[in-house]
Amino acid sequence: MSNVVLEVRDLKVHFPIPADGFLPKPPIPLKAVDGVSFDINRGETLGVVGESGCGKSTLGRAIMQLIKPTDGKVVWMGEDLTSLDKKVMRLKRKELQIIFQDPLASLNPRMTVGDIIAEPLKSFYPKMKGAERMAAVQEIMVKVGLLPQMINRYPHEFSGGQCQRIGIARAMVLKPKMIVCDEPVSALDVSIQAQIVNLLKDLQEEFGLSLLFISHDLSIVKHVSHRILVLYLGKIMEVADRKSLFSNPRHPYTKALISAALVPDPKLQRTRERLTLKGDLPSPLSPPSGCVFRTRCPISVDKCSEEIPKLIVTKNKNAVACHKGDDIK
Amino acid sequence: MSMESILTIKDLAVSFSTPDGEIRAVNGVNLEVGAGECVGIVGESGSGKSQIFMSVMGLLASNGKLEGSASFYDQNLFALDRKSLNRIRGNRISMIFQDPMTCLTPHVKIGTQMTEVLTYHQGMDQQEAKTKAISMLDRVRIPEAAKRFEMYPHECSGGMRQRVMIAMSLLCDPELIIADEPTTALDVTVQADILDLINEIRSDSNTAIVLVTHDLGVVAKLCDRVKVMYAGRFVESAGVEDLFENPSHPYTQGLLNSMPRLVNSVDEVLPIVPGQPPNLLHLPNGCSFSPRCLQATEACNQASPMLSNIAETHEAACFLLGERENEYV
Repeated sequence: MSNVVLEVRDLKVHFPIPADGFLPKPPIPLKAVDGVSFDINRGETLGVVGESGCGKSTLGRAIMQLIKPTDGKVVWMGEDLTSLDKKVMRLKRKELQIIFQDPLASLNPRMTVGDIIAEPLKSFYPKMKGAERMAAVQEIMVKVGLLPQMINRYPHEFSGGQCQRIGIARAMVLKPKMIVCDEPVSALDVSIQAQIVNLLKDLQEEFGLSLLFISHDLSIVKHVSHRILVLYLGKIMEVADRKSLFSNPRHPYTKALISAALVPDPKLQRTRERLTLKGDLPSPLSPPSGCVFRTRCPISVDKCSEEIPKLIVTKNKNAVACHKGDDIK
Repeated sequence: MSMESILTIKDLAVSFSTPDGEIRAVNGVNLEVGAGECVGIVGESGSGKSQIFMSVMGLLASNGKLEGSASFYDQNLFALDRKSLNRIRGNRISMIFQDPMTCLTPHVKIGTQMTEVLTYHQGMDQQEAKTKAISMLDRVRIPEAAKRFEMYPHECSGGMRQRVMIAMSLLCDPELIIADEPTTALDVTVQADILDLINEIRSDSNTAIVLVTHDLGVVAKLCDRVKVMYAGRFVESAGVEDLFENPSHPYTQGLLNSMPRLVNSVDEVLPIVPGQPPNLLHLPNGCSFSPRCLQATEACNQASPMLSNIAETHEAACFLLGERENEYV
């Protein structure tokens, strides 16, 4: 069998938005994710970057089946998750877990840390003995860098970084094969971000985890990911291995993102050239025709408004969706 | 530097009485801001960086207590009555806040909110104020300024609202702008636009700017001088290039090392700052950073180090610096 654990094919998530006006009209679809396809290999980290509203969180939730996809397939180890009924899907969550952005909000304030981490075990292995469960909880607490004697404390007694460790422990206690990380470090202080990033990398190495790492921070995505997917208005603009994406970005949006990211080095930062984008992000309710990026693109041509660019695969499975992709040096 | 200082903060301490005890958010801070200068105040959440300027603007919460002084030219702001303070704040000192949604009144048109500033502080009539407000919206490059003037805040994107905030802060040609995390809530590309705008305003009008942020990238882009804050104190102060090239306090070094890099990145494990940010209710004895400091010695737990010069314009508060200087010479 190949190394691919997750295949996402032409995934679409459209939310119906009621139309304005006096007369009844059919709802307008908001295309949060619109035809996204990619693979994730065993032990691989796929970074997903894009600005707010590009659909990166919706993508993560649709993979987890927390939001029902409108169309497309999410094939996990050869099985299409979108076709499973609720009961069977629930069992798949032993293998597929998610950690969220806001570490405190994602923990039940009235449960102790021990109960929070033990909850998945209780739910999936109801026959497990109490002592055994306790041992498993303590083992994973040590793994994620929490002191086992903190087991009876409540979430509010912990700092943000520690809460995120609790969230990771809750996801890891089932020994999953893949974790969707939805902005796992964005809410944390700079000095704590590195701790959590290193922890995720260590866990990945030890357990051969696959990670879908969603973030708006390019520096962090660059640090953790093997491959990176750039989203804009629900569509893939570019997918590339980390090295090519940063040394040779092909899509103008990728270039703009990289050039806008700040570098903590005054001399370098003040001499960096920036590719500025025109205007604002268009409303996702009425995305531009053709290429969704064309209204802000510095190199768009007539063809861009007429035809949707296909994601064209180049070497090393890298791909770019741009009519001018060939001209881009 | 012999330029006249606009803002002089001397021995400022801010404490809050809470049911759990007294919290010292700011603990003996000194700062001078000269005309046309851009000073960065960097620190993590809870370090007290915002509270310094909330107290300068007279916006401290009701359970807060102030010690020390903050002078605007030669007027002590803490000694002024409300009426005299209102002649200065919003007029000669203005402030830009982090969240542009909550800082604009949602049910009042942008235009009305802007002209109010001018009629109140400058005694302009409506027509004059309108002309000035629209020209200011134009200046911060808001397209169709006259149309935006008639809009409500919710009709604008986050980036637009932040531009409106900046336009508003510029209305009375202030001598000092305090920007508290002005781009934290924004997307990367929008952040870059706003920072460029702030830079432009600075070079055009010689306005002094205090930039409060957690992001060393923002500091690297804009500031002339930087102060690093930890647990209510400044732990290092230097010119911007000096700080990034020769970070001297172990906390500054730790912060810079733990940031993943976009340019010149390394694949190695990120060095971390261990531990958690301090609990302000129970600050450690001696140097507040000592529990997280890899180089701490017995002396560090005894007394709190003061800021002292390690070069002409470079100060740090660390007992180890004398020793380390000898090592490197």
